[in-house]
Amino acid sequence: MKELMTGNEAIARGAYEHGVTVGVGYPGTPSTEILENFARYPGIKAQWAPNEKVALEVGMGASLAGARVLVTMKHVGVNVAADPLMTAAYTGVNGGLVLVSADDPGMHSSQNEQDNRFYARFARVPMFEPSDSQEALDMVGLALQVSEEFDLPVILRTTTRVAHSQSLVELKERNEVPLRPYRKNTKKWLMVPAFGRLRRQALEERLQKLKAYTETTPVNFISWGDRRVGVITSGISYQYVREVLPGASILKLGMTFPLPQGLIRQFAAGVERLLVVEELDPYIEEFVRGLGLEVTGKKIFPAWNEFTPGLVRRKLREAGIPVPSPGPGEGTAACPLGPGGEMEELPPVPGRPPVLCPGCPHRGVFYVLRKLKLLVTGDIGCYTLGGLPPLEGMDTCVCMGASIGMAHGCELADSSLARRTVAVIGDSTFFHSGITGLMHMVYNGGQGTVIILDNRTTAMTGHQEHPGTGKTLMGEPAPAVDLEALVRALGVGRVRVVDPLDIAGLTQAIQEEVAAGAPSVIVARRPCALLRRENRPPVRVDVEACTGCKTCLKLSCPAISVQDKQAAVDAIICTGCGLCVQVCKFGALKEGGENNG
Amino acid sequence: MAEVTGAALAPVDILMVGVGGQGIILASKILAYAARSAGYDIKVSEIHGMAQRGGSVVTQVRLGERVYSPLIPEGEAHIILAFEQLEALRWLEYVKGGGTIIVNSQIIYPVPVLAGMAQYPENIIAHLSRRAHTLVVDALGKALGCGNARAANVVLLGSLARRMPIPLSYWLSAIEDCVPARYLEVNRAAFQSGYAL
Ligand SMILES: Cc1ncc(C[n+]2csc(CCOP(=O)(O)OP(=O)(O)O)c2C)c(N)n1
Ligand code: SF4
Ligand code: SF4
Repeated sequence: MKELMTGNEAIARGAYEHGVTVGVGYPGTPSTEILENFARYPGIKAQWAPNEKVALEVGMGASLAGARVLVTMKHVGVNVAADPLMTAAYTGVNGGLVLVSADDPGMHSSQNEQDNRFYARFARVPMFEPSDSQEALDMVGLALQVSEEFDLPVILRTTTRVAHSQSLVELKERNEVPLRPYRKNTKKWLMVPAFGRLRRQALEERLQKLKAYTETTPVNFISWGDRRVGVITSGISYQYVREVLPGASILKLGMTFPLPQGLIRQFAAGVERLLVVEELDPYIEEFVRGLGLEVTGKKIFPAWNEFTPGLVRRKLREAGIPVPSPGPGEGTAACPLGPGGEMEELPPVPGRPPVLCPGCPHRGVFYVLRKLKLLVTGDIGCYTLGGLPPLEGMDTCVCMGASIGMAHGCELADSSLARRTVAVIGDSTFFHSGITGLMHMVYNGGQGTVIILDNRTTAMTGHQEHPGTGKTLMGEPAPAVDLEALVRALGVGRVRVVDPLDIAGLTQAIQEEVAAGAPSVIVARRPCALLRRENRPPVRVDVEACTGCKTCLKLSCPAISVQDKQAAVDAIICTGCGLCVQVCKFGALKEGGENNG
Repeated sequence: MAEVTGAALAPVDILMVGVGGQGIILASKILAYAARSAGYDIKVSEIHGMAQRGGSVVTQVRLGERVYSPLIPEGEAHIILAFEQLEALRWLEYVKGGGTIIVNSQIIYPVPVLAGMAQYPENIIAHLSRRAHTLVVDALGKALGCGNARAANVVLLGSLARRMPIPLSYWLSAIEDCVPARYLEVNRAAFQSGYAL
């Protein structure tokens, strides 16, 4: 029987079946589960790197030494890995190397929706784009083969709806691939200018061969149908087009760099009207237009946000393209709004935004920062939720690691901000790219305060291990980075560890360090509430003492509500963390287990 | 319940909506396993990440002879299985006019409502009923009756199963495949109590 797999599970399976022995990456939605699944297969090595640049470099080394390699990251991770990527196109590979770039159109869990197809064109490396799980599995094999045959790293680009959608796949046995022996070859691997120029030229030659390959690869194909409309499409958009325009002629592109000129011309010549349906930028469309062909794309489809089949249908219709209607609803007397589905006016539906969990160790930090009215440069992780109302304890979030550099920049621009600014960064984020920012601040005489939220995990992406946790992706024990010793070694003299569930202690530490006039680090240490469930009895409300003042609501804890001037605590989800007990001025919230309430 | 015949399998699109932590993922997994046994092509789409921190969660399950898009077009879901009332209302536009909504009677206030920044709408069931055949299920109550509140998801799944063209035996073996042995009895009972509705 076929297996139901997400795109990510299928990529892991594809890597296993096609003889990959080394997998390395950094977590990031929607890529994370690839490596988590790959790590469970026998006979392979899988690792979390501290960031994507290191991941790709480890991957290149493994390829140099002859292994087939899988490197995984989310789209913005490729920015971090871009430096090795650009030159890896020159050196090429030994063992096949596939870099998965998991893009996130619509920004379900990302800070931007950059279109990473341009990275393939930018670096001049081949790119494949699956549109379901079976293709994802198969394309890993094809990409490895192309990587070895054309001596280039290959990008496999997915998007959220491919990565996180399940569909049926056929499984095969693993095909063991022997190591390709390493032979010293500095003209290939030592990119000094003289050799770099040679490889630059060799890159052009490899590209020419690839341009011939992309015309005949089985993953670029035409299905002829109604010739009045021809659609060029790829990735998940292909599925939407198949659904919405079942009869149309389609040129499906599974390989999107380099694009097949000849095939596109042939297709264009065979249809009356040529369309490109692609999410995000007009990447294919501009190429087609560059061939001198008349084509419609972003004139009707949006160049941002993800598509849905409903959107594709609507936009096609608006452009005057005949689209079959979905079957009508079967209305009945009991459901007068049945057929056609005219909607009545509905009451406003309040949002249900994500919030920090009950008992989250990050909560108190943002409560205090907000009270102290500091300028807080922030970073990315669960804790970014601390910037949303009602906590609102964070002013910025740009990219991983940005908090420390930005805090220092504030101080540089306006020295009065030196004692009013703090940077807040998670532990995994600090290891990813915070260390260099802190080094910069100390080296350049900054006086900033950095709060490292050490919840002992990479929580945001589903609790991955990192260099500070003492464990690896494959579950083995590892040396844990000594955070305090590390920041001291960078030259930070003032280092202290606080419990983020102690509001008074936190407040004092932050006030003192911000005022100190020297660079300082506060490690707010307490494991993520979902990591070790060390719950204490739930808090109780003293109904006599509660005035309904709503101060406790400022904590944004989903266990607390105030209705009819009375606070209530949901005993099922309260972890007894005690923050609200400290915040209530009337002593109305009591530690559980006491005899009142 | 319709018979599974040799003829082409008619498409069934199901939208499962609720709040992070309500067990939608398990329910959709059992559904997909049962559908696979019945010979359907299947696509399931879900969103991970930020949505898990108590946010609104949606899983789309599409069954048919051949399924292309993993996403259901707006207004074309045959069935909405809602684990919470407000979430049913949020996704109401997705159900085909005259389709079916199976809704858990449970109410979970989102933080903006807890914080007094927004109102939880009234008469949700009435709004749902005007749009689609609506079955209200006290899933929490039924699950508690079976011995574990956490099995509310499988109660709802039972009510869904009753309205799906997939034989009961496939559902029961799917539950066996997806649920850890020590929770099997509770989940079987929960499923049956939902199936009876
Ligand atoms: C370059 C890059 N890689 C990966 C991600 C995805 N991502 C966002 S936050 C985060 C880690 C958060 O971990 P931590 O800093 O420990 O904070 P926590 O979530 O545990 O509070 C990751 C991996 C990203 N946004 N950018
Ligand atoms: S997963 Fe952990 S770190 Fe993230 S919000 Fe929940 S308790 Fe906080
Ligand atoms: S003790 Fe208070 S703040 Fe902590 S989880 Fe319980 S209700 Fe929320």
